[in-house]
Amino acid sequence: MSVVELRGAVALLGRFPALAGIDLSVEAGETVLIQGPNGAGKTTLLRLCAGLLRPTAGDVVVLGHDLTTERRAVRRRVALLGHSTGLYGDLTVAENISFWARAAGLSGADAESRAATAAGLMGLDQRLLSRTVNVLSAGQRRRTSIAALAVRRPELWLLDEPHAGLDQAGRNAVDSLISEAVGAGATVLVSSHELERVRSLSPRVVTVAAGMVVADSSSGDSATEGDGEQGGGPGA
Amino acid sequence: MGSRGVGQVRELFTDARLVATRDLRIEARSRVLLNQVAPFALLVLVLFGFALDADQRTLRTFAPGLFWVTVLLAALLAVQRSASIEHADDAHTGLRLSGMAAASVFLGKAAAVFVQLIVLEILLTVGIVVLYGSEVDDPALLALTAVAAAVGVATTGTLYGALASGLGARETLLPILLLPVLAPVLIGATRSFDDALGAAAVDGWAWLGLLAVFGLVATVLGALAHGAMIED
Repeated sequence: MSVVELRGAVALLGRFPALAGIDLSVEAGETVLIQGPNGAGKTTLLRLCAGLLRPTAGDVVVLGHDLTTERRAVRRRVALLGHSTGLYGDLTVAENISFWARAAGLSGADAESRAATAAGLMGLDQRLLSRTVNVLSAGQRRRTSIAALAVRRPELWLLDEPHAGLDQAGRNAVDSLISEAVGAGATVLVSSHELERVRSLSPRVVTVAAGMVVADSSSGDSATEGDGEQGGGPGA
Repeated sequence: MGSRGVGQVRELFTDARLVATRDLRIEARSRVLLNQVAPFALLVLVLFGFALDADQRTLRTFAPGLFWVTVLLAALLAVQRSASIEHADDAHTGLRLSGMAAASVFLGKAAAVFVQLIVLEILLTVGIVVLYGSEVDDPALLALTAVAAAVGVATTGTLYGALASGLGARETLLPILLLPVLAPVLIGATRSFDDALGAAAVDGWAWLGLLAVFGLVATVLGALAHGAMIED
């Protein structure tokens, strides 16, 4: 069953077509590496799949919902790790993770239990949990952000440069998280420039350039090597 | 209302309480209200005193209007702060993805601003008594007016705060958008305070009714419209 199905999807950022008729199909339980140059449309593709953008043209079906009309139905079932952390600087790490667990509809003990599990997975010890986010390093914030997403146990992970800013332990934690998520049946789309690292997790590589899929290793395309620096569109 | 409807209403208010508690916790920790907004408001009261030549009779007469102009100016800071909490590190995207109803977010954020405005109004009431020599003739009318006006300002401010944030220029745009819409609150609350402080012979309770209606309409409209404001 396809978790993500895009047919000729177009998404505009202002007047610019950040996605210019993209075709992509991702099956349940797959891990897909999205690669491409800066501005190719990778981030926009992830935001579109999260239901944050409305497709201007084409068909976009995620988790069985048409995103032209049912974007909100998808949102609670996906997790999007963007460039920002999405954290509240004046709250502690524990308070942030707990808030996002409760915001996802979890109640009391369940929220706290999942928060503790997610924090442990990302290597956030008791000392860090009691600190306010404002005083954390960029890498610690990134770990907190990922833990706050993990509490939701989403069906579809959309990870934009998940290893950025992390030390080796943090990178390993992200890899473990992806493996665990896929093991639990989730689907993962990862946009990354760390090709070798992500390729060990993902046998499928999709190359995006100028808002289009220009190569897909699952279809036997060969143009999946390198970072596709031949050109990019205006999309982020 | 069926059991599903009851469940949805319960979830609405549970989520709203979650958001309000979070915003108030952030405020308690950052102390922006106590260290910045409240001193600013008290400073404005003092400056009005200087501008009117410290004539106590004049100050007593105009105290209701000066009080509410000060509240609205300080409310701009509180509303901007409330909106910036969500946009500082793109947390509002997380809220959109959380599946939480936009009405819950609106009610929670408005409730947090409301609490801060009540604290501010208490401080300013003490301020006009001490600085302007105002006397409270009708404490009940004074208190109810403060509550009703705070509801109107908090709900309208939260809605317009989200609108201005969406337009990407909240610091400069918010006052232009919000202050004209709050003119009925300024007029109604001033008239009502005229009565409560014995500054003028008007029927303050009738003006309180206007404030209550404004607050109710703003709350309902805000809850319905907030979703559209926070979407791209």
